[in-house]
Amino acid sequence: MKIAKEQSPDTQSIASSSTAELLRQLVAHLRQNRTDLREEWARRITQAKLLTAMSNEEIFAEATSVYDNYVEALETGTLEALQAYSRNLSERIIPRGVQTDEVVGIVLLLRDVLARSLFAKYQTDFNLLNRILDAYEPAANRIANTVAVGFVQERERIIRQQQDAIRELSTPVLQVRERLLILPIIGVMDPQRARQLTEQLLRGIRANRARVVVIDITGVAAIDSHVANHLVQTVEASRLLGATVIVTGLSPEIAQTLVNIGVDLGKMNTVGDLQGGIEEAERLLGYKVVPLTETAPQS
Amino acid sequence: MPVPILKQSHYLIATIQSALTDADLLALRDKLVGKVGTLRSKGVIVDVTALDVLDSFASRTVRDLAYMIRLRGAETVIVGIQPEVAFAMVQLGITLEDVPTALDLEEGLAYLDRKTHHGKRAL
Repeated sequence: MKIAKEQSPDTQSIASSSTAELLRQLVAHLRQNRTDLREEWARRITQAKLLTAMSNEEIFAEATSVYDNYVEALETGTLEALQAYSRNLSERIIPRGVQTDEVVGIVLLLRDVLARSLFAKYQTDFNLLNRILDAYEPAANRIANTVAVGFVQERERIIRQQQDAIRELSTPVLQVRERLLILPIIGVMDPQRARQLTEQLLRGIRANRARVVVIDITGVAAIDSHVANHLVQTVEASRLLGATVIVTGLSPEIAQTLVNIGVDLGKMNTVGDLQGGIEEAERLLGYKVVPLTETAPQS
Repeated sequence: MPVPILKQSHYLIATIQSALTDADLLALRDKLVGKVGTLRSKGVIVDVTALDVLDSFASRTVRDLAYMIRLRGAETVIVGIQPEVAFAMVQLGITLEDVPTALDLEEGLAYLDRKTHHGKRAL
């Protein structure tokens, strides 16, 4: 109490002023020391070996924009501009392999650098420092939160986009001969994909009037009971449309899984590899592949 | 609504044109099994292209129909099951085991030709 009374009239008026006033003072301080703090921040980013995917100049340039946006967010109390900026930044840096911990790390570093500068400035007056920090900390934490969430959201958006792309690419139904379709399956089979695959295959059977379908699962590493059952359902549904299904390329692991989980494979026509499957399909369709040398003398 | 049954040389063709009641289905079954004998048919095609659902009763009736016709010395083939219907059926566990199926009428006729050796087409 005594210390407070001994304060200069200037600081005393500040001490009794509102949070908004404190923030304004804070922003003024940050603007004034922009160059020093920015450099200090960039230096600490490099020191902490964050953002190693970027050059020092790039880090400094980004640091400048982040710093300005940060101060602006503190000043106005609105996060929209910062949100937009962090989305934009994420878009640019995610393809370069910047990790979540790095982004969170640099924002927290900036918070620390600014807090240190506040400590230095108000070290003589503990009460005022406390009040300044009271105003600064929630705002700063909100900003850190916004940037981190923005980054993660952007990443999730990209992941979703890629999942969609993979999903669209991943299920081609190909016609190799009249009435013969092949369906190569590559990658991970999840229930959703298995379902989509079945729908595409059934539509393909109808559109191409297929009589035999070869499903090749060489590219599938593992299979669970749900997907295995789905495979059996696909075979049965295809049969209802009048098409025979041959499954090829079952790896030893998948064969073991299927036997262990007790999937009824009695209805499934399986052949070792894709070549064997196509040969079997041709046999079913009444085709016979003969080398040209055998047919040449007759013509 | 009764289902018309057409005679096409050695085969009978029943085209279901709208959703059927259970009674209609049973009537179709009895009529087909009877006609196979009177017309000395070798094969029967049941076309379900127009159906957008094939429930358990309909499936069972169709299966019984096929078994009965086999006992009467003819072959049955179900044609025209829609992809969505097929998928819904297997999900319900209805697989029409032992009942031959084909994509459409043409494929069904080809199948019967092969089975009954009336046609010359090889598979």
